[in-house]
Order: sequence, then C-alpha cells, then structure tokens
Amino acid sequence: MRIVVLVKEVPDTYGERKLDLETGLADRAASEAVLDEISERALEVALAYADAHDGVEVVVMSMAAERAVPTIRKGLAMGAASAVHISDPGLAGADLGLTARTLAAALRRTGFDLVIAGNLSTDGSGGVIPAMLAELLGVPNATALSSVEIAADSVVGTRDIDGGTMRVSAALPAVISITEALPDARFPNFKGIMAAKKKPFETLGAADLGIEPHDLSVAMSIMTAIAEKPPRSAGVKITDDGDGGVRIAEFLIENRLV
Amino acid sequence: MTDHPPAPILVLLETTPNGDLSTSAAGLLGAASRIGVPVALVVAAPGRPQELAEQAAAAGADRVLVVETGALANELTIPHVDALAAAAAAVTPEAVLISNSVDGRDIAARFAARTGAPIAVDVVGVSRDAEGILAHHSVYGGAYEVVSAATFGPLVVTVRQGAVDARAEARPVVLEPLDAAPSGAASATIESFEPAAETSSRPELRGAKRVVSGGRGLGSAEQFALVDELADALGAAVGASRAAVDAGYIPAAHQVGQTGVSVSPQLYVALGISGAIQHRAGMQTAKNIIAVNKDPDAPIFEVADFGVVGDVFTVVPQLISALAERKR
Repeated sequence: MRIVVLVKEVPDTYGERKLDLETGLADRAASEAVLDEISERALEVALAYADAHDGVEVVVMSMAAERAVPTIRKGLAMGAASAVHISDPGLAGADLGLTARTLAAALRRTGFDLVIAGNLSTDGSGGVIPAMLAELLGVPNATALSSVEIAADSVVGTRDIDGGTMRVSAALPAVISITEALPDARFPNFKGIMAAKKKPFETLGAADLGIEPHDLSVAMSIMTAIAEKPPRSAGVKITDDGDGGVRIAEFLIENRLV
Repeated sequence: MTDHPPAPILVLLETTPNGDLSTSAAGLLGAASRIGVPVALVVAAPGRPQELAEQAAAAGADRVLVVETGALANELTIPHVDALAAAAAAVTPEAVLISNSVDGRDIAARFAARTGAPIAVDVVGVSRDAEGILAHHSVYGGAYEVVSAATFGPLVVTVRQGAVDARAEARPVVLEPLDAAPSGAASATIESFEPAAETSSRPELRGAKRVVSGGRGLGSAEQFALVDELADALGAAVGASRAAVDAGYIPAAHQVGQTGVSVSPQLYVALGISGAIQHRAGMQTAKNIIAVNKDPDAPIFEVADFGVVGDVFTVVPQLISALAERKR
C-alpha cells in the first residue's frame, strides 16, 4: 500500500507572522518556517500504520518554494520512505484551484492508495484542498477525522461536525484529512536524520506535471487589496485589591455589555 | 431593496441533524442580499421541503430550490455537490455562498473543483464593486484584511460562521422543486451518527455574541465549573484555551484559537488564560476583551481592554454576585 502524506511548510505560529503588503504573499523572511504541526500528525497516522504492517510505503509530498527542502526532509527523518517536492517559481502565489490541480497531477504520477492531509493549515486555514483533490482524482473524501482506522482496502474514522459525531468509511483509494485530536508526532532521531540523507527526494516542476500556471483561460481567485490592521492596544490593567470582580462588573455596565 | 443589479446569488443552506435549517442560514442570506438576489438551495430529506422553504423565506430567500433525496443519510458530501451543480446550472449565479462549516467546506471544495470555479474560503464579508463580487478575508488572526475576487465566472465563497451581521428581510415563500441527477462520484459512507450529548441551554461557541473562556489557570476539570457559572450569568458561550483542553478540563469542541474555533464576539472574557499567540489569533477580533490572570506579565493583558491581575477564584465569584445584585 502506498500512503501519500501532504505536508506544508508554514510560518511558525509562535512568532509574529507577516504578509508582504506589495504582493500579498507570506513574508517568509519575517518568521521561522516550520513543518505545520497538523502535517506532522498526519504523517504520524501513516507511519504508525506502516510500523504495524508490512508492505506499506509512506511518501511525503509538498508543493512549496525551493527553500522548503529542509522542512520536507524532516518528514523523511521522521520515517517516510521518499519525498516529492513540487517547486516552481510559476506556482508562487497559486490560488486554491491551481494548488489542487497541481497536487492532483502529482498524486496521479506518484500513485496512491490513501492520501492523508491535515484538516486546516495554520497559515491559510483554508481546509478545502483535501476535498478538491478527492473530486479531481475521482475518489471519496473523508475529512476532519478525529480517529482513523486504516485497513487493506478501506479507511474508517470519526468525524466531529456541528451537532454531533459521525462514523464514516471509504473504500480505498481515498483522500482523508485529520484533526489535531490525533496523537502528536514522533521526533526524528539521529538514525532517522542520517537515513533521510539517502532516501529518494524527487523534485518536480509545473511542466513535469503538465500544469501551465499562467493559463488565463482558467478562472482564478486573485487578491485585489490588502491592509494591515493596527495592532490592538492594551487597555486598563489593575491589580485586584479585593474589588476586582466589582470593577469588572462596572466596566461591563459602563460599556453596556450587560 | 437597494440599487444592486438583480444578479442571482446561490446560497446553500445546510440542515441540522434533526432536519431544520442550520443557524448559519440567516447570515448567509443576509450576506447574499447585499450583493444580489438570494436564491436558496436546500438539500432535504424526503418530506421536509415545505417546512424548510418556509424557514428559508423567513430568513430572506427570494426563491428556494429544494432537492429531496434520501441519499443524505448515508452518502457524505456528494448528494450536496450534485444538488449544487444542478442548481448552479439552473440559476447561473454570480456567486455561490456556503457556510464555512466542516461539511460546507467539503461541499464548496468539490463543487469548485468540479466546475473549475475559483474559491474564496473563510470569508468574513462580501461586497461588490463595478467589476463584480469581492470576498473579504481576515488573515493571521485578524492581523490583516485581504480582499479577493474571481478573474471571471462565479466565485464560490465559504462564509465564516457568525461573521456576517447583515440580515435579509423575510420574503414570500417561493418553493421550486429541483431534480438533481446523481453524478455517481465516489463517496464516503456515513455509517452512523451520534447527536451531541450536550443539551446545554448556552449559546453555541461559533458565532456567539459573548464568550467566557477558561485556561489552565482553572486548575482542574471540577474547578472549570467557574467558567460555566460566569457564562450562565452573562448568557455567554463557553470557550477554552488549548492548554485547558489538553489538560482534559473540557472537550476539544470548545477550544478557541488558531487551531480551534475563531470567535469574534461583542464580549470575550478570558479566565486563567495566559494568551499564547495561537489563542489570541482566535479571539483578538472580539470587540471587548476582559482578562483575569494572576500573572501580571501574561500576554493576554496586551490585548485586554480591561485586565485584572488576581486570582480567578476570588475575582470571578465577586463578579458573579455583582451581576446578580444588579439584576435584582
């Protein structure tokens, strides 16, 4: 079985994240770039299954700028067998449609029984790529799973939605996405880091996938304006001298919040 | 009505597990009414169309297309996408609005991929200019405002729940049954559904006007009840920091922040929450923020309109009795 895990490099949420006000693109120099935590959890789901079953190959795949190589290699160090990096200057600033078409083409090329992604990235918070891929690839989508059971020919999971919890199943091949309810990822150890250097790392451009990034006959989403909101400033801060609760009540009343 | 052109805006209205319209309907129709004529689509279990059409018209739908199908009960996503494709073909909308819920995102994603339409996700508002529909996004926890548009063709938009305050006027009920041929696209199967056990009278966190959240500072699951008490005194929803969720004080559905629910209430009260940047990203667009924390250097104070450095177990009970006092 081949499991492809989609991973994403994102600006570290522990730092101040910036957008370039000229281009609207993420200002990658402004903050540390890291492997998104939800990507790591998705990889953990695949690796845990591979650990327990023979003949399971785990591939990490990412569409990212050239500089994301070390981040993708972390997936190899954690235990993935190979990596596919789709990197092309023409794909910078790709909208969700172009991203999905490119990843779908790469997934067709690599082949897959199961694709695992995180439910929402911490930067774009889009959450639509997994289902877009399922549509383009003609397979079922089972998204936002808070538990996953993989079998040779199917995947079953729990899905928390507004108003309740559902159990869903899908025949393989399928695309799933997982939530951060799933376990933390393992840390790469020294052996893994050394082994990662020898693992296959494939780099593909848009042309390798038959994708024309600047095809204007395809409808696109474009950014038309961007503005930075002034940071919120701190208001009044008091130390409780025995009347802290009363003071809050007064603040609520003054501001007509009760 | 106003002077906008009579462009149809197709609005997918989701239903709740017991078959009523979801609470997101009013905001979606409100948003649609500002940019065109809201045409609702409801994908309903057999036997429910009339009732749902009445609810949709009351919330401002100019027309209500209804696809009746039993497939909803066991096929994930696909019945809605097939219905939306049929409705879009019938209406040729200028935009398609869908709630940014777990299911709504999947439906929007598949529909956009199937029809080659551009998609704008987690939008906090829509407007129009001379060139067409604009989608307004709030990015990086509200630090940036970004506007996007389609180069051409309809824009598929998922709207953040609770982000749109606009409401449409009630309209006469115009129900149009619609046939949607199944596409046969591969679907996951819904094996079972368990309605949420919580039968709380508190408002839902998503879209709530007031939120009281607790953090690790509450100390234990039992002591987290203090958060519930203040929430009840204020008629607020209950939220939590990731630390409180990880510590097992409260289920993950209550988590506010980067990876949890984003809220934008009139009032946000943070109790025993230090205010890690990931938490602030999910709540700092609140209109008024109140924080109580015993650590004077807690980052939550950087965004609080009113902060009290003190023990939540003395400050909050006093606040609750002061509020009760006022009510008498």
